[in-house]
Amino acid sequence: MQQTMGKALNVRGATKTYRTQSGEVHALKDVDLTVRQGEFIAVVGPSGCGKTTLLWSIAGLHRLTSGAIALGEEWITGPHPSIGMMFQEANLLPWRTVRKNIDLPFEIRGHRPEEARIQTLLQRVGLDGFGDKMPRELSGGMQQRASIVRALASDPSVLLMDEPFGALDAFTRDEMNKLVEEIWLEARKTVILITHSIAEAVFLADKVYIMSARPGRIARVVDIPFPRPRSLDLMETREFFDLVNRIKHDIQHQPAALPAMARSGATS
Amino acid sequence: MSETSQAGARIMGATGIASGLGDQGARETAAIVAVALLVIGGAELLLRLFQVPQYILPAPSAIAGVFVSHEIPTILQHYAYTLVELLAGYAIGASIGLALAAVITQFPFVEKVITPYILLLVTTPMLALVPLLILNFGFGFTPRIIAVALASGPMVMINAATGFRRVDTMKIALARSCGASTLQIFTKIRIPMAMPMVIVGLMIGAIFGMITAVGAEMSGGGFGLGSRLTTYSSTLRMPEFFACIVILAVTGITIYAFFFWLGKRLAGWES
Ligand SMILES: Nc1ncnc2c1ncn2[C@@H]1O[C@H](COP(=O)(O)OP(=O)(O)OP(=O)(O)O)[C@@H](O)[C@H]1O
Ligand SMILES: [Mg+2]
Repeated sequence: MQQTMGKALNVRGATKTYRTQSGEVHALKDVDLTVRQGEFIAVVGPSGCGKTTLLWSIAGLHRLTSGAIALGEEWITGPHPSIGMMFQEANLLPWRTVRKNIDLPFEIRGHRPEEARIQTLLQRVGLDGFGDKMPRELSGGMQQRASIVRALASDPSVLLMDEPFGALDAFTRDEMNKLVEEIWLEARKTVILITHSIAEAVFLADKVYIMSARPGRIARVVDIPFPRPRSLDLMETREFFDLVNRIKHDIQHQPAALPAMARSGATS
Repeated sequence: MSETSQAGARIMGATGIASGLGDQGARETAAIVAVALLVIGGAELLLRLFQVPQYILPAPSAIAGVFVSHEIPTILQHYAYTLVELLAGYAIGASIGLALAAVITQFPFVEKVITPYILLLVTTPMLALVPLLILNFGFGFTPRIIAVALASGPMVMINAATGFRRVDTMKIALARSCGASTLQIFTKIRIPMAMPMVIVGLMIGAIFGMITAVGAEMSGGGFGLGSRLTTYSSTLRMPEFFACIVILAVTGITIYAFFFWLGKRLAGWES
């Protein structure tokens, strides 16, 4: 199995405990996760269950209390050039133009921006000619497009997205979902998407991981059977609707602890 | 501390008024000129009408007359001394203030320990120290430059610190996710984020510095625009006295306009 996986992303026994003045917060407990190269997974779960904590650990932005994360053969102990991150609400630097925002990762790494690639991406997301605009001159959707370009410009093999479209209106969100699927089909990055929208998770992902809270752990994994490319019409079908509702139900009716299921979910 | 930053916010708020001077329509410019003429003309008229003696309050025309009189080279000469003190003291004070703000805010504990002393410096009227400084350094430029530095530095420092204390976890995380070093996070995230407050601090510091320079000159030494103010008022040469006041006011406005322009260029993203 290992051989067919390529540069898989492996999370093993990830445990993260925050020490605060009011005591310890068990944000993650023994989370196991394997994302094959080119696979698109979504993580859903109640607020505060540790989704962001998990993503930040994979991004190397903070250390696990115990457990380990590896990309292919490489341990992740800090930010990794092959792992790109997209944040909530675009997270553009308001004092830089769109283009300067896109150049930021290159600047930090001391590389020349990849001109051709950036131009292609800008065209791809419909931001051609917007390079000199300031972020505040763009709509929320356009800001997110710029942030997609920034994340993809250095051609990472893994893309992490933390509720990237949470602040957008439903229509723009659908549009962005379509765009993300198209780009993913073209480039086949390994993607981990965190979202509060179960419909978004089901529409985009190959697998949806359901997390439970306190301590945060993987409670269940749901395979999404819909063929690709998926059209937005999919969201109107009975099958889609049923699957979304099943996942919703699973999240709402989680028993306090699900050790057996968690284990089976993690290894499936 | 919060009072100074509020003062800063207020001054930034006032920039809304000044923006009218710069790039608004011709109608607004006309209105501003009309009001100025009305105020100056009105003062002229009233002072003449009630025959107010010149040693109480000189008419605007008398003050304007000073600028074409044989006294003006003397006044400008002294003004040059004042500018030298201001620039030298401010350069020292502002750079130390900025550096201190940038460094101290990265170490919350150090900041806690040092802040009370900075507040002490902010609230001490540096003019009160001038006689002491003169005692130690004589009547030359030195005590004045020190006073200007002591007055402007803490003002710059305390406002800039407010700026550097702003942390946006998400923006820092963004930089770190690209592998940014602490220094890169500082230059690419923290400094731009602090810039609006840094500029407010630099402006308040410059204006405090000017006030202190003139005040220090009034304490003795016989040169500088402040010493002219003392001379003219004690000899009842009120037109000359007010001409000096006009020069200082224009200097203050110029400082303000300069930092307003700088703020628009370097921190325009925040408005
Ligand atoms: N830096 C921190 N210090 C202390 N506790 C933290 C910290 N970050 C997160 N937590 C706590 O850890 C738990 C998990 O937080 P996390 O942000 O990972 O949840 P989440 O699933 O992303 O929530 P949401 O869906 O609301 O974004 C929460 O109880 C949170 O309060
Ligand atoms: Mg979160």
